[in-house]
Amino acid sequence: MPYNEPSPLEVKVLTRRFGLADSASLDTYLATGGYEALKKALGMTPGEIIEEVKLSNLRGRGGAGFPAGTKWGFVPRDSARPKYVVANGDEGEPGTCKDRLLMEYDPHQLIEGMAIAGLAVGAHAGYIYVRGEFRYIIRILERAVEEARGRGYLGGNILGSGFGFEVYVQSGAGSYECGEESALLESLEGRRGVPRIRPPFPAVSGAFQSPTVLNNIETYSAVPAIIREGGAAFAALGTPRNGGTRLFCLSGHLNKPGVYELPMGFNLLRMIHEVGGGIPGGKRLKAVIPGGSSCPVLKAEECDIAMDFDSLAKAKSMLGSGGVVVMDEDTCMVQAARRIMEFYAHESCGWCVPCREGTNWLRRLLRRFHAGEGSRSDIDLIGDVARNILGRTFCPLGDAAAMPTIAFVEKFRDEFEAHLEGRPCPFEGRRREVPAP
Amino acid sequence: MSKLVRLEIDGKPVEVPAGTLVINAAKTVGIEIPAFCYYDGLTLQGACRMCLVEVEKSPKLVTACTLAAAEGMVVRTQTPQVVQARKAMLEFLLTNHPLDCPVCDKGGECELQDLTFRYGLGESRFLETKVHVPEKQWSAVVYYDAPRCILCYRCVRICKEGMGVSALAVVSRAVDSEIAPNMGDHLYCDECGMCIDICPVGALTSQDYRYQTRPWEMKHVGTICTHCADGCTTTLGVYNNRVIRGNNHDRTGLNGEFLCVKGRYAHDFIAHSERLKCPLMRVDGKLVEVSWSQALAEVAARFGGIRSRGGKFGVIGSTRTTNEENWYLQKFAREGLGTGNIDHHRSGDVISLLSALKGRADALAATSDLYERKAALVIGSDLAQQHPLVAFQLRANWRHHESHIYTVTRGPVREDAYSRLRVRAEAGRELAAAKSLRQALQAEPELLILFGDCVRGAAVHELVEFGDSLGIPVRYICLVDYVNSRGAMDMGLTPGLLPGYQPAAAPGLDLAGMLAAADLDALWVVGANPLKNAALAAERAFVVVQDLFLTETAARADIVLPAACAYEKTGTVTNVCGEVQRLSRAVTTMGAKPDLEIFRSLAARMGLDLGEPETDRVYAEMRRQLPVPAAGEAARGVVASAGDTLFTSGTLGRYCGVLRNVREAPGGLYQ
Amino acid sequence: MTFSPELEARFEKLLKSYPEGRESSALVPMLLYAQDEIGAVTPELVEEVARRLRLTPAAVESVVSYYSMLRKHPVGKYHIQICTNISCQLTGGEELFEHACRKLGIGNREVTPDGLFSIEEVECLGACSWAPAIEVNYDYHHKVTPEALDRLIDSLRKLH
Repeated sequence: MPYNEPSPLEVKVLTRRFGLADSASLDTYLATGGYEALKKALGMTPGEIIEEVKLSNLRGRGGAGFPAGTKWGFVPRDSARPKYVVANGDEGEPGTCKDRLLMEYDPHQLIEGMAIAGLAVGAHAGYIYVRGEFRYIIRILERAVEEARGRGYLGGNILGSGFGFEVYVQSGAGSYECGEESALLESLEGRRGVPRIRPPFPAVSGAFQSPTVLNNIETYSAVPAIIREGGAAFAALGTPRNGGTRLFCLSGHLNKPGVYELPMGFNLLRMIHEVGGGIPGGKRLKAVIPGGSSCPVLKAEECDIAMDFDSLAKAKSMLGSGGVVVMDEDTCMVQAARRIMEFYAHESCGWCVPCREGTNWLRRLLRRFHAGEGSRSDIDLIGDVARNILGRTFCPLGDAAAMPTIAFVEKFRDEFEAHLEGRPCPFEGRRREVPAP
Repeated sequence: MSKLVRLEIDGKPVEVPAGTLVINAAKTVGIEIPAFCYYDGLTLQGACRMCLVEVEKSPKLVTACTLAAAEGMVVRTQTPQVVQARKAMLEFLLTNHPLDCPVCDKGGECELQDLTFRYGLGESRFLETKVHVPEKQWSAVVYYDAPRCILCYRCVRICKEGMGVSALAVVSRAVDSEIAPNMGDHLYCDECGMCIDICPVGALTSQDYRYQTRPWEMKHVGTICTHCADGCTTTLGVYNNRVIRGNNHDRTGLNGEFLCVKGRYAHDFIAHSERLKCPLMRVDGKLVEVSWSQALAEVAARFGGIRSRGGKFGVIGSTRTTNEENWYLQKFAREGLGTGNIDHHRSGDVISLLSALKGRADALAATSDLYERKAALVIGSDLAQQHPLVAFQLRANWRHHESHIYTVTRGPVREDAYSRLRVRAEAGRELAAAKSLRQALQAEPELLILFGDCVRGAAVHELVEFGDSLGIPVRYICLVDYVNSRGAMDMGLTPGLLPGYQPAAAPGLDLAGMLAAADLDALWVVGANPLKNAALAAERAFVVVQDLFLTETAARADIVLPAACAYEKTGTVTNVCGEVQRLSRAVTTMGAKPDLEIFRSLAARMGLDLGEPETDRVYAEMRRQLPVPAAGEAARGVVASAGDTLFTSGTLGRYCGVLRNVREAPGGLYQ
Repeated sequence: MTFSPELEARFEKLLKSYPEGRESSALVPMLLYAQDEIGAVTPELVEEVARRLRLTPAAVESVVSYYSMLRKHPVGKYHIQICTNISCQLTGGEELFEHACRKLGIGNREVTPDGLFSIEEVECLGACSWAPAIEVNYDYHHKVTPEALDRLIDSLRKLH
């Protein structure tokens, strides 16, 4: 059994095999409708496949929410260069732990989704880039690839169709930045994970300078269901323009944290209380990071919100990668902001000035501030420095660091003021004991 | 010519070829968009974010250094948002940058200083302590100060892209990122110092200039490097009559930003402790210091005596003296001493090339062809070692225009990395090997052929026949060794040819012939060291040597006259492509005289009328009298390159301490 | 430098997974897999990998120093990586990290004198819903209490 009990409120599409015995095996996969979508897709034209994906309103699950079908449509089919399908399994956004489960429990679903993407864009090779810490996942994926190849679901002539597609598994070695698509491609090609100048976008020049479709693990994992059941059916599970279900990773101060597949647009408060089992010890909700650490924090009173890309954008936050981090009344927001900035300062690739210097400056400011050595003007300075990063960096990591910081300062200014000039952290001593497993 | 696009920058209409970057388009209408990482000709980085501008319809600021101008684009570079962004970037850059500007070598010519002055905030809000990292010495000439580094990656790119060396890389990440040398704690490279020159701040500094002076205290003298034949301009920084540094930061020469280790550092021979500053005369078998008038009187008397009794002179000229000096020297020899025995060390067979081309001047390549021609064939030269500018320009041509390079060499050369076809040929087989490329070469629209000393005499004629047979326009460069090797031939320092390659009525002895002539009465050697590897047969000959140092030849002399070097005189020199460039006097060495001045004094004392010996007058006379090169004569005598590398420079190289100190560098040919 | 047959086989497989001429793409995983076998990215390993992939050692060095999992010095036989990022912080990750340091008497990125254990405070491990999480070598442990960590360390120590 996976790491948490399922919730009765879940709509299990991508996770429907979770919990089945030997769910990662090809036999289990085949017994539960596996590779049916690929067979169906082999009878479709590339245009039809892309149309179906567009119809599903599937939006990129890595964080940016770009419509997947549109992205596939950008790949120039007439290019003489080989084309590639790359799956981003560099799951590293703090608060996010869903791709890991999709790879662990249903690797064939991912492989099938990639093969269908290959059919759609005319690619014959795919790479799954997996963060280095997920060594056991790499083993699972490699086994699945072997199995699929052994029975003709991958290889030079898939199911006798004449279509060939190979999947390779590539390990990262510790770098959050490699989750950014062009940095991932650099890493895949054996270099430092420094992003590329865009344009050209990967669809035109990606892996090995060839046209490349690059999506998140969850995005590809949704494709078999879309082809099998039809794009419209998938779209109908969610809200307009936000098709399907999504894996939400509930973490932080919850009675039942876990990864749950819920329809797009699911209400956040219900998610916390009905799916996540509410807050331990009857504490009050203080704030929620709705989509992973780069997403601006929501105050408790902002949490009555539909969890889809558009609703969160309207609330000046983001759905991101689905990492829902719940914080109760005892949480020190200065400490949270500091910890998140430690992360970005550590993970900045260092390429561009505002991100490299700005995240380091913010890290040192927030450390000093949390240690009670901040002054009133530092509060504004934190916001100013973050705004000086915002929108000016080479890649989105700068924004990812700046946006939450700005939100922490704006929404919890009182907590920053409570840390001024030598005052100890007001939440010190209210730190919780670790819950018994 | 690509299509023109019209756009608007700060309200000004701009028309530029499609693909022009906005940062450059702005320059055409006098608008500066500041940047650190952008550098003309190197790959784009978008890293420093200084060039952020507003572009209509773009929600975010855009880097002008990565944005291609497009039809109808509206760009604003002065809006409050842009101005604020620049302030922010500079504030970020200065967070960890030490403010040691008063003692930093770069102070006064630092781009960070300049841009902070123009675009920065008055004060920093950064109150955290700055992280200090100790400075590192990477080689005899290169130092790196990490905290000063703003990570613009110019050094990494110029080394990899410009030089083809890749000795520098970025290590670590985030705020710990820094530049590191290829051998962990030290460099193994050309030691060209391009990384230092291109550094916008004082992160990379050079041994010779460190903590020596302030840039505004120096006089900056642009002159031609005295070492190889490529003809680079080096701008010498002079303080107190001392050359402190060399660079071409102002890009005034045909070398653009390029300079090699010699052009940049090998000026230290000027102040070498063994530099001759007083004439020497052999007295009782030993050379003793005498006055200039004593020495000159002795030479004039002895030369006069030998001439009047019809004695036999030999005159050996230099590949480093000026055209004016060479012109005057051959005139002195032919008209003043009445001898046709005049020669110099010839390192490439220009004479045969001109002969084979039969006056087709358009078949001689210019330096600009190296960057512009669509294909080049290199025969028998390790360009990166022997002709660093030529190598640099060919590489730039390949990088920017995807030109095709073909190499025929004895061993591996740097061009192998990007040449289209490469052939290894044993010595003497080069021409045959080059001919094996016929098919590929024929398919090129045009070709540049560069050949070293392995192609000489009849082989040069054969090469030109081969070139003609390709049916495409072909231009040639005959590779020669030193700053005025070409000029020495142009000016007729050859036994069979007068200036302008006009056949001499009665050809004299060549260099080897003079050394071998047992009946030679006088040998006059100007700026050459023929006795380094050869003996003088005429044991009793009266030997006069003009030189900077007591070379093997000078040590054999009866009179040694201390000469000024190229950095201490005016005049012109002619580079490997035949381009005539002017020297400027940077310093003077007390006691040494320019060779032309020595000739004048001698002529006066001998009562010779050889024309007005002022540099500019000689130049004017040369211009008037020099015929168009049209030689019919085949080359006589030995043609052999000295085989210098990046770290040698004939006899002169011995007196360049820097060249011997950069021991980590790969020195040999074909390695 | 020689590697185990398993590692050689892995390299061989890796090198076949890229388009021709793109073999240097194998650099990052090769370094990581080799490190697993020999304990650290030693200068000899850098040389060897550079040679096999036709890169300069400096280019390899530049990559090594970028990735946080690649290290130049060996860690303990059991390398305890404790996440203190936001989800783990909220559930006691920082306390767990401090507890581990106290228990083993070492600090961050230090190795116990017997070479058995080392501790590293790491960024998000991708186990946020089951926080606080740690990884010992490549094995995940979820919802780790100080007591559970004590038990884990003690049991590992008993193996020696």
